[in-house]
Parts: sequence; C-alpha cells; structure tokens
Amino acid sequence: MRRIGIDVGGTNTDAVLIEDGKVAGAVKAPTSEDVTAGILDSLKALGASGVLVGKRIDGVMIGTTHFINAVVQRRHLTRVAALRLAMPASASLPPFCDWPEDLAELVRGGVWMVEGGHEYDGRLFMPLDEAAVAKAAQEMKAAGLKAVGISAIFSPLDPTHERRAAELVAAVMPDATITCSSDLGRIGLLERENAGLLNAALADLARDTIAAFESAIRESGIAAPLFITQNDGTVVEASQARRLPVYSFASGATNSMRGAAYLSGLSDAMVIDVGGTTTDVGQLKNGFPREANSVVKVGGVRTLFRMPDLLSIGLGGGSHVSLDPLKVGPLSVGYRLLKQGIAFGGRQLTTTDVAVAMGILPLGDRGKVAHLDKATCARVFDEAARMAEEAIDRMKTEAGDVPLIAVGGGAFLIPEKLPGVSKVIHVEHGDCANAVGAAIAQVSGECDQIFKDLPRRDAIAAAQGIANDRAVAAGADRKTLSTIESEDMPLAYLPGNSVRVRVRVVGDVAAG
Amino acid sequence: MTLRDITLEDIESLAVGAWVLGTGGGGSPYLGLLNMRALYKEGHRVQLMPSDDLLDDDWVAAVSNMGAPLVGQERLSDSRTIARAVALMEEHTGNRFRGIMSLEIGGGNSIQPMMAAAHLERPVIDSDMMGRAYPEAQMTSVAVGDLKPCPLTTVDVRGLESLVESVPTWKWMERVSRKICAEYGSTASTCKAPRTGAEVKKWGIHGTTTKAIAIGHAVREAQRKHEDPIAAILGVEPGKILFRGKVVDVERRATEGFLRGRTRFDGIDDHKGAALEINFQNEWIVAWRDGQPIAMSPDLICVLDSVSGEAVGTETIRYGQRVTVIALPPPPVFLSEKGLSHVGPRAFGYDIDFKSVFA
Repeated sequence: MRRIGIDVGGTNTDAVLIEDGKVAGAVKAPTSEDVTAGILDSLKALGASGVLVGKRIDGVMIGTTHFINAVVQRRHLTRVAALRLAMPASASLPPFCDWPEDLAELVRGGVWMVEGGHEYDGRLFMPLDEAAVAKAAQEMKAAGLKAVGISAIFSPLDPTHERRAAELVAAVMPDATITCSSDLGRIGLLERENAGLLNAALADLARDTIAAFESAIRESGIAAPLFITQNDGTVVEASQARRLPVYSFASGATNSMRGAAYLSGLSDAMVIDVGGTTTDVGQLKNGFPREANSVVKVGGVRTLFRMPDLLSIGLGGGSHVSLDPLKVGPLSVGYRLLKQGIAFGGRQLTTTDVAVAMGILPLGDRGKVAHLDKATCARVFDEAARMAEEAIDRMKTEAGDVPLIAVGGGAFLIPEKLPGVSKVIHVEHGDCANAVGAAIAQVSGECDQIFKDLPRRDAIAAAQGIANDRAVAAGADRKTLSTIESEDMPLAYLPGNSVRVRVRVVGDVAAG
Repeated sequence: MTLRDITLEDIESLAVGAWVLGTGGGGSPYLGLLNMRALYKEGHRVQLMPSDDLLDDDWVAAVSNMGAPLVGQERLSDSRTIARAVALMEEHTGNRFRGIMSLEIGGGNSIQPMMAAAHLERPVIDSDMMGRAYPEAQMTSVAVGDLKPCPLTTVDVRGLESLVESVPTWKWMERVSRKICAEYGSTASTCKAPRTGAEVKKWGIHGTTTKAIAIGHAVREAQRKHEDPIAAILGVEPGKILFRGKVVDVERRATEGFLRGRTRFDGIDDHKGAALEINFQNEWIVAWRDGQPIAMSPDLICVLDSVSGEAVGTETIRYGQRVTVIALPPPPVFLSEKGLSHVGPRAFGYDIDFKSVFA
C-alpha cells in the first residue's frame, strides 16, 4: 500500500509518502497562487528524494482549506440563484435570510419561491408549479446566472420535486451547476438550503481547483487516482468532490488530528496544531476528532455539517512578539516569515526569532538575534505556554491530566511539560501531520433510508449491513469497518412502524 | 400603565432563555427570532405589559403554534399566519383583544405572541399558561383552573381556517384540535380560548417573558465573557445541577403524534461512574439515576450544552453530546392535587408519586 498525501495550506504545500504503514518521505514547498505549481514543486521534491523511483502509487489524497477560505475571505465565489419549492409556506423567511449581509451581497444572484414540496408523511404539501419553475429558469438565464441551489420542503424524505425542478432548469440552462439540497443535508429547511447555496457558490472554484490538482498530478508523471479528503476524515473521488465541495470544507483540521493520531499511535488524546498564524486545539476520541455539538457556522452561515470541535487562538511560529509589555500574537507575519523575521534580516520580532535565539531552531542567522537574552526568551516561551495551556483546558472534557500531541510547523512553542497534561508528545514528521492525515484517510459507506415493520434494533442492524457493503464496494477493508454515526428517527403517521435510520461507517482502504 | 419597549436584544435573549424553559421541547425559537429580526428591520416594534395592568373585563388572546417541531423546521413559521389566527378569533367573537399572550413560554411559542403583536399593534402580556413547555392542551394553568376550553381557531398558510366552537373538556379540545393539526400536516397556528383580564390575573403564570429574557441574557453574557453559562443561569434562577455527563444512547419512537423515548447519559467530572436516564414525551419528563426517579414533571428538567449553556432538545439530542442537566422550580399552580393530576408523573403514565427536587 503506497499513498501520497498532500496538504495545500495557505502557506505551505506539504507532501508525504506513506509506504507499508510508515512515512517514507516528507517535503514542504511554498503554496503557489495557481495551486498547481505548489503541488508540482512538492511532488518534484518528493521525487528528488528518491523515494518514488520505480514504485506504483495507489492513490494521491489531497486535503485543502481552499473552499472554506473562499467563504471566510469572501473570494472566488459564484453568484447563485436560489430556487425554493415551498410556497405558500416560509415566505417570510426567504433564502439567504440568515446570512451575514456582506456574504449575501456577494452570493445572492436572485431568489425564486414557487409552490411545491412534501409533507412529513409523504403527502404533497403543494403540487410542483412546473410553469413557475420554467419561468424562474428563464429569468435566471436572462440574469446571466450559472449556479443554482434548489430546496424543497421535506426533500430528504422525498426528493422528487427538487429533482424535477433541476431537470426543468437544466433544460433552459444546460451549462448551469445545480445543487439539490437533498444531496447534502437532513431535516431543517434553512440549514440544508444554506449548505446547498454555499455548495453552488463554490461551483466554479471547485471545478478550477480540482482541475489544477489533476493537471499537477498528470504533469508530475504519477499515474494514480486522485482523491479529495472530506470534513470527516474520509476520502471521495475527485469527481464527487467537484460536485459537492462543501463536504471538503474543514478537511485540513481533521487531517492534522488524524495525522497526529497516526504518527503518535494514540487514539485518545488532546491535539495541538501550531501553524504559522493560528493554533488549533481539539480532542481525539477513538482516532477521530470530537465533533462540535451545535449548529456549525461557516463564514457566518448556519449549516448542519458535522465538523471537528476546535478552538483556534492567535498563536503560531510567525506570531508578532512585543516585549514591553509582553505580548505574543494574534498578529503574524504568516508566509512572509523568511523575509520579515529578524533572524532572516527583517524587522519584526517573531516567536520563531526567539526560538532561533534559544538555539531551538537551526534557522536564519542566530547572530541577528543575539541581543535577546535568556530571561527574555524564557518569558516569551512562558507566555506561549500559558496561551496553549488555557486553550487546552477549555477543550478538555474531563478533569485530570491527559496526553497532548503537538504537531504543526510551530510545535516548538509547546514545552515538554504543561499543567493539566500528563505528557507532551512531539512526533517525527509532526510538521506534516495534515499531509499524513490525508494519506491515511479512510473510505466511508452510508445508509439513509426508511425501514417499515422492523423493531428498532433490527432496522439499525439492517442499515449497518447496507452501509458496510457500500464501504467495501468503495474500497474499504471489511475487517477495519467501524460505525461513526448512527441515528434513527421514527416517522409518525406513516403506515406500519416506520423509522428512518442513518448509519455511516468508515474503514481503511483495502490493500491493493 | 407600564408598557415596556422590547428591544431586538431582548428578543435575542428571549430566544435563548425560552429554549432553556422548553425543557427539551417546544421547538427551537430560532425561526421566530429570524421573523422578529425581519419585522424589526421593517420598523415594527413590540411592547410588554404586566398582567396587573389588565382590566378585569379586558380580552386577551392566547396563541401558540401547534404541531411537531420537526415539521416546524421544514415549514418555517410565518409571522402573518399567527396574526391571522388572532384576527379570525376577533371576527368570530366580535371582541377586540387588549393584548396577546403566549400559551407556552418554553420554546418557539414564546415568540409567537411577539409576531402577532407586531402585525396587530397590541402589547404582549408578560404571562403564560405553562411556565415551561408541555405536549398537551390540558397541561396548562387555565385547564387546572377549569376555565372554558373553547373556542379555538386554527390557521394553515394555504388558506385553511378552522374553528372549534364547542367541546365539553380540555381533553376533548386536545383530541379534536390534534386531528385538525395532523390534517394540516402537523403544524397549525392557533388562537386558544379568549381569556378575560380577571382570568389572566388569577390563573396566568406571571412574569415569564421577563424571566426567559433574564435567563437568556445571563447565558449570552457568560458566553461573551467566556464564563460558565450554567453557573450564570443558576445565578438568576434558583435551580439545581442534577448531572454532568455525555449522551450514550437516544431511543425515539413516535406514538399518537408525540415523540416519546429515552436518553441515557454517562457521568463525567463529579458524576464519573454514574449513569442517568431521562424519559421524554416531547419534553423531558422523568429523570432516573440507578433506577430511582430523582426529578420529574412539573419540576423543570433542562438538558443544557455544557460549553454553550444553550438548551438541547429531545428531537435533536445525539450521541456524544456533553451536557449538564439542571432542575428549575415549577409554577406553584401545578403543585396542588388538581395541578399534579394534569401534569404530574401519572399524567404521563409513570406510576410514581411526585417528589420535587426543591422539597
């Protein structure tokens, strides 16, 4: 089993080769504006190290923060036509009604609300007004819109209206990217619709980004299928990620936590990932990040995605340091560290400069930071440790000391001893933990369907069997399957004893 | 006359506090809050009036959205529909309402009178009839007081309007109105039997909108300052912590239009090694520890997210959530023998004597 994991971050593009369960090679290259060059550089560097010679690669798994960054930074977003099939209900709360105004301004290409949708028990809420859908499509076309998000009442239970509307829109706008909310979410019209609209807004970016990934791999000469990692630490084929980019939103953080688990051999621990600008703290449970409890907001938009529960603080290897009064972060020089840090001839004192002065990092010119005495350096590191300690304490779910895995390029800021921590574990290749997490990503299988006249236990078991079979069909090793989500919801008033069961299982990729 | 202007900030806090008082049910107030944000943006304003200021012969509308919270998440509540239910009642009785009150302060129904009040330009009365959330029509202070259960108006956004002119008992009102509601698709905007000012003053549960705003304000302030939101709630309400734990199993079944089931929790922190189980019928009804009932209706059992302090509902609670379970004192009207016959454990099918956490 030989896989390459790549993490395309804001600063660096990391690549690792995992071979027979070990990290056989790891490299870093600066992320490029066009993405392709950065990936190509990292793959070239990996090739130059000789580890790829004459070897067949089973898969290239890429994790990226590209999509979530686009939403957070309000860049590269496509205008979206929102088509909701729910009239006359819900009219006082139209699509985009709970979006932050600045994001809505960028994405809202128009709102069309027509009659349609179903009841909770499968009856029609209103017949689909096909003429109104066709008219809306003409108006969308006239407005020059290219992306459409379609939502309907209770579409997770009955998606026929959304699908029919998508056909009608496609007939008028054959080149449009259409996202149906039933492909993404569960019960909760507004949150599911939001997910669909965000997905549609990312359509162009997803197409371009994944095309860039594909061409980089092609140019590198590696003949292996491309997979994209998702929020939950599993992978999908590139074509599916292109269709549903929102599922790959938070994969960076998940990958680094999964990578930390893999590199340390621990499945239950706190993880601190210290980057250039920010530090994420999360908790590993059974090898997966603990998920956030409540509704998750992405760039200010409510969605129902399952995301890792993370606390981010402004601490990193590029954090600005001022000495009087002592302050570390939240400002950072980011990717300009090698130009602006004092040890590199710049003028901004950073945490990395302090580490160079202490002899911890063999970087830059130690002479340029010789003016920092031991006591000053210790104060800066104590402050960084205090910030980390507070963040860890806030994310802990139990009293008592727990192990902490420190990863990321700025992990040197985490001392060997911290209050509330039983031991601090620094791991080899910890600076590439997210690329490692991508390389070891698993395959999932899901079952979401209604069972009739079965006791709850049997319905769940049946769903589990279907999900297991689907995971194996997608390439998972049956022996490694485990259930990560199991949910059942009785459906009132449906004939018989009806229950909707949703089960999701994951497993390691079967050895090729 | 002591009308108080309700700010949008108050309504933001109300949404959080009413969800806590929802004791697991009542539906999330979030969509009601979105409606109020839209109405305030359009220039509408709402005022709050203490029930003391009502004249004995004033008429007061009691409103609620009836149905399954699950349906409410798909058929989003429209502020005009609840206003229509009130207007329909006025057309039927010929009496103009002095103000509008909530049937149920717990959950989304805390905001329904605000939406109607914004459209109809009447004050919201600072009282309700449950002091929390309950699943059935006879589980109210006015039913305990044997006040008249009818008439009732129900409205569906598609132009369906029904009037229940006469029923002999609250139980009949529950049965008949639930049938109508089910036909509508399990959601209906309703205006309950009109109440006189004298009835509201005698049988209402008072100051509950103000209370919900105070709880919500405490939680939001604690979140803002990164302080413990559970402690903040206990700072404004005389509640008790029952358990800290994480969800290990949720079993739900839908019967007769209700969501029934149980949730099991494993203890963490001080409760490590212990287990708690809570039975629910839309709302949290009885909490058991090691097979013994430790809290039950009408005491309020509130399951809260340990980190955010926000309430966790029976319909959305899921495996792995870390929660703190607290109890809040019940409205005194439910503690009489008659009150307990409406909302005590036996009213939900549990053959146990009511024993309050606060006794």
